[in-house]
Amino acid sequence: MEKIFSARDPSALNTETLEINFGPQHPSTHGVFRMNIVCDGETVVSLKPVMGYLHRNHEQIAENMSYAASMPYTDRLDYFNSMSNNFGYSLAVEKLANIEVPERAQYIRVIMAELTRLVNHVSVIGFLLNDLGAFFTPVLYAFREREKILDIFEEVSGARMMCNYFRFGGVKYEIQPHILQRIKEIVKKFPKFLEEFEALLSKNEILCMRCQNVGVLPKELAVSASITGPMLRASGVDYDIRKVDKYSIYGRFKFRIPLGEKGDVYDRYYVRILEMHESLKILDQALKDIPATGELVSKKMAPFLKSPRNFKPPVGEAYGRVEAPKGELGFYVVSDGTPQPWRYHVRAPSFINLTILEDMCLGHKIADVIVILGSVDIVLGEVDH
Amino acid sequence: MIFGSGVLRSMLITLKNFFTSYFKGPEEGGIFTVEYPETRLPEKERFRNFPFLVYDRNPENLRCVACDICAKECPPKCIYIVREFDKEGRPLKRPAVFDIDFTVCMNCGICEEACPFDAIYMDHEFEIAGPERQSRLLYHKDDLLKSNEYFHKIRPTDATAIDQQRREAEEKKKAAAEAAAKAKQPD
Ligand code: SF4
Ligand code: SF4
Repeated sequence: MEKIFSARDPSALNTETLEINFGPQHPSTHGVFRMNIVCDGETVVSLKPVMGYLHRNHEQIAENMSYAASMPYTDRLDYFNSMSNNFGYSLAVEKLANIEVPERAQYIRVIMAELTRLVNHVSVIGFLLNDLGAFFTPVLYAFREREKILDIFEEVSGARMMCNYFRFGGVKYEIQPHILQRIKEIVKKFPKFLEEFEALLSKNEILCMRCQNVGVLPKELAVSASITGPMLRASGVDYDIRKVDKYSIYGRFKFRIPLGEKGDVYDRYYVRILEMHESLKILDQALKDIPATGELVSKKMAPFLKSPRNFKPPVGEAYGRVEAPKGELGFYVVSDGTPQPWRYHVRAPSFINLTILEDMCLGHKIADVIVILGSVDIVLGEVDH
Repeated sequence: MIFGSGVLRSMLITLKNFFTSYFKGPEEGGIFTVEYPETRLPEKERFRNFPFLVYDRNPENLRCVACDICAKECPPKCIYIVREFDKEGRPLKRPAVFDIDFTVCMNCGICEEACPFDAIYMDHEFEIAGPERQSRLLYHKDDLLKSNEYFHKIRPTDATAIDQQRREAEEKKKAAAEAAAKAKQPD
């Protein structure tokens, strides 16, 4: 009795924190991701990510098969961007075995990688809006564009998402002129869609209120946690591997690196929109410069297409990295001269970007946690590789 | 700017999209979905889904020689091959058992790439749902066999190129055999 009466005076209230188990089957965790959230009222005081529900032993599997046979497995890391995963892995092995890539194949690779970036960024923005409560309308506008690009992927590589298109020293299939023409049309029409998408969202007061000053990631923290990709750039750090490494032929193209200021959810959203504009610029230049004919696979590697098991890179180690749409995707391969890699390691950007989740969420409400998670842009296939 | 005008503008765009989806084609922003079982989109030639074995003329005459290369290269190891033997126990150049577990196959196309005898190719068949795994999704040799004509139907460009290659190889072989026979004759 005494207790109830004293409850009228809030300072005398005996409050406790509540521990909530969020996921792994929760629809807004983008897959099977679990968080242990301790909250005080609705405010988050502690957040522990729990990963590993989708663990598939990717690295160990790759160590037990020939180099070329793990190419289709890399598709399944980040299943939204199989082309850039292929890219990273082939770069690593090419470095290891010292393989040159023919000119035309280089251009095809860049075109595919940038198309992938468009696919990823439109869908991640769509899903972010899903998390904000704009249920499925913006996603489907985004998917309309994504569909066109996936059709191109299907025509070029044979599969919409699990492309398995890159080979060491080149690419698998020829890309016909009519497909190039269609890519050109897509590139031409895309800015119109982006404009509409931006008009729909960027100045929308609800979006601004929900996103600005939420989940701020300061510059120093982002760098010390080795965050990469659009997340890092939204915090204002000018770091893009396409510029830093100039891998493949990225050194030939003119493009800028959009940067955010505050590093909140809104900046992360906006940096992605701007990045799409830059990708379109790269695509424009690549489509103009691509040689009309040429080899697809380097002469050195052509015989190994038919017999991947005979491909034995010299003893050594190599680290190949690309600017995947989600951040720095790196593959570390150690060869002992046998047909199988002795060690194979993936630096998965989703996984490393996720480690900072708690610092971004502390002090925010539970509803904001979902938005912040959405803005990190994770794919669980990559987190739990 | 007045507070709320952004929301209003977004709603106008949604409204515009609502109407375009009814009155415009997929190229101008209309709907691009089709009502699947009744209407079907044309299949892309390179589309790949589960492998099949090619035979020339009749099913007895299959190209596969049971060399086991595809089974070794297949990343998830879902191909199982047993070679056929004749009555005296000599190995024949054909498989007695050729099973592919479609629940494991990941449609990567590596078997197609690795086969040195142009015997296995990726199919367009994707409606393979069934009530039970063992009876429906474990494909045996007889289920996998398909004719070269079928291959021509689904992938005309590739099939024609491969036929051309095979013919040339055969002619070369014949010429070499004739040359060898001629070289022998003078003795
Ligand atoms: S399908 Fe080709 S690779 Fe496989 S066993 Fe037959 S001939 Fe050899
Ligand atoms: S498509 Fe790939 S997984 Fe399927 S049988 Fe061929 S090699 Fe194996």
